[in-house]
Amino acid sequence: MPSETIELRGHIIDSLILPKVLDEIIAREATFKIGEIRIGERRNDQSFARIEVSSPSADELDALVLRLRQHGAEVSEKKTVQLAAAPADGVYPQGFYVTTNQQTFVRVGEAEIEVRPALMDSAIVVDRAAKTATATKFYGIKKGMEVVVGHQGIRVVPLQRSTVRTDVFEFMSSNVSVEKPKSAVIREMAREFKRAREEKGKILVVGGPAIVHTGAAEHFEKLIEWGFVQLLFAGNALAAHDIEYALFETSLGVNLEEGALTQHGTQNHMRAINAIRGAGGIRQAVANGLLKRGIMYSCVKRGVDFVLAGSIRDDGPLPDVITDAIEAQKAMRAKLDGVTIAVMMGTMLHSIAVGNLLPATVKTLCIDINPGVVTKLTDRGSFQAVGLVTDIEPFLRELTDFIAADR
Amino acid sequence: MRKLLLCPPDYYGIEYEINPWMSRARGADTALVQKQWRGLYEKLVSLGREVLLVPPRPKLPDMVFTANAGLTVGKRFIPSNFRHKERAAEAPFFAAWMEEHGYEVIWLPADQFFEGEGDALFAGETLFCGYKFRTDVAAHRSVAEILRCLVISVELVDPRFYHIDTCFCPLPDGSAFWFPAAFDEYGQRAIRSHVPDLIDVPEEEAVHFSCNAVVLDREVVLPEGAPRLVESLGERGYHCHPLPMSEFLKAGGACKCLTMFMPQREKSS
Repeated sequence: MPSETIELRGHIIDSLILPKVLDEIIAREATFKIGEIRIGERRNDQSFARIEVSSPSADELDALVLRLRQHGAEVSEKKTVQLAAAPADGVYPQGFYVTTNQQTFVRVGEAEIEVRPALMDSAIVVDRAAKTATATKFYGIKKGMEVVVGHQGIRVVPLQRSTVRTDVFEFMSSNVSVEKPKSAVIREMAREFKRAREEKGKILVVGGPAIVHTGAAEHFEKLIEWGFVQLLFAGNALAAHDIEYALFETSLGVNLEEGALTQHGTQNHMRAINAIRGAGGIRQAVANGLLKRGIMYSCVKRGVDFVLAGSIRDDGPLPDVITDAIEAQKAMRAKLDGVTIAVMMGTMLHSIAVGNLLPATVKTLCIDINPGVVTKLTDRGSFQAVGLVTDIEPFLRELTDFIAADR
Repeated sequence: MRKLLLCPPDYYGIEYEINPWMSRARGADTALVQKQWRGLYEKLVSLGREVLLVPPRPKLPDMVFTANAGLTVGKRFIPSNFRHKERAAEAPFFAAWMEEHGYEVIWLPADQFFEGEGDALFAGETLFCGYKFRTDVAAHRSVAEILRCLVISVELVDPRFYHIDTCFCPLPDGSAFWFPAAFDEYGQRAIRSHVPDLIDVPEEEAVHFSCNAVVLDREVVLPEGAPRLVESLGERGYHCHPLPMSEFLKAGGACKCLTMFMPQREKSS
């Protein structure tokens, strides 16, 4: 959206010029963000406001700004970003600007360019000839690339939550609490899922092995079956224990029907991994009839894309697991287009990792028995995440019940 | 005692059209012009005021409207930056005259239009300024900085009432009379919140420029044609002096437009 920054000064509060300007912006279906405001303290003190005005079209913005100038608004001079060359491959220049996961624009000369993707903890590489601005991780940097330094000429558009309808994400705000009315929240989640699918948005699930350990796999499979999962990010463990359960009916050796440790059960996950390694991978195991049920089976059967990212404590791992962390990040990022909801269940490691890759516009729900996981997620910049503190099994059971009731 | 500044109407006439009142097809009657202006001058003198006269200049017919010379506070004079080129040439004559009479002349930036007392009226300690048709908000800000006073900027929305002194008249008791529809909704609210006691002037009286009045303590010199306002003011203990102003109304002016206070305020705050 095109935007201009205007400044108002004078007795704008007593004269009601400030409310008039803001009302006029809203009345013309434009939006505003107050960048700075200083209210005069004494009667004769003047006040100051810097307001960023955005409008759907450049023409409407011009007409609006023209009108606002009558009320004394002055258009701030637009500053272009400062660029510096990367000193070496994989190294940002001094003073580089660190991105957030919010929509960001950079002004290069007369043009304002959107930074893509909306990826946090990156630097912005500007290609002036191609008129692109790219959020780039260290490994993407080549010596001499032009990187944004400082804060000048950068415009960050804060996430605008819907004002017309209150969805679960607003209802929950971004707090994590064990004292939320869980059923109401889960019912809203079910609606949110349906809405996302109606609008052709993709639902991403980031899952830990707790889904299997807690006996929630069958509910999760239903979600996959019904088309409410388009993408699964997990580690070796979820897949390994899901396959262990599919082949041996145990998860980490525990018989999930009886809840008891089976004899030599702790070896089962190793045998499961070995079986898949023997088959050459999960897809091959499904194709040759070795793997006949479970989450990974359903994913393959329903065409749900998945990325399994490795970690240092993995057994095996399964051949499908990407053990190079940077390659795993790239693989996940490559699949994020179109994702509108991310549900993170029972994994701190992968939740935070994926949170770092998501634009702020992706509605993110974190379900964990440990309240600390959501806190950590939001502390690391995924401020849009909302949390539900509960065991995975009852959560998924209730979620699938609501969806089933609505089907 | 505050002095008043007038300008004899020797060169007055409707020679151009810069507001909806003006029509070159409807010229002013020269004899009547002299008579009406004389009537005002004598009325102000009879009310015990010292009236100073700035010499009129040929080809500047509107110089007669001295309220637009500028704004005088204490011994400081802020000259107008006229929006219309037809009146722009008045400014140096007014400024020079004020300087000769011992006033410090403080010009506003040349790109900020400002039409003096016509768009800047004190009510108590607060300076009410109109904007849009003639004066810019930016000028209000500059005036506030010079005078270090609270300026309430209000948007004028009816082109017939193009200066604030055509639709708003503060009274010394803290009240004011006004024609509310001349202001936008925010301006009305701003005025209401700073001037709690307001006398609304009906449109049929406002169009006689009833708000364009010179208030000298309890004496109110205003154009004739506002019996209801005169009655309201009378009930509040004001003595009204309605004067015929037909020839000046043809240019969009009346008693107040023809008068500038010297100074409007002794001190700004």
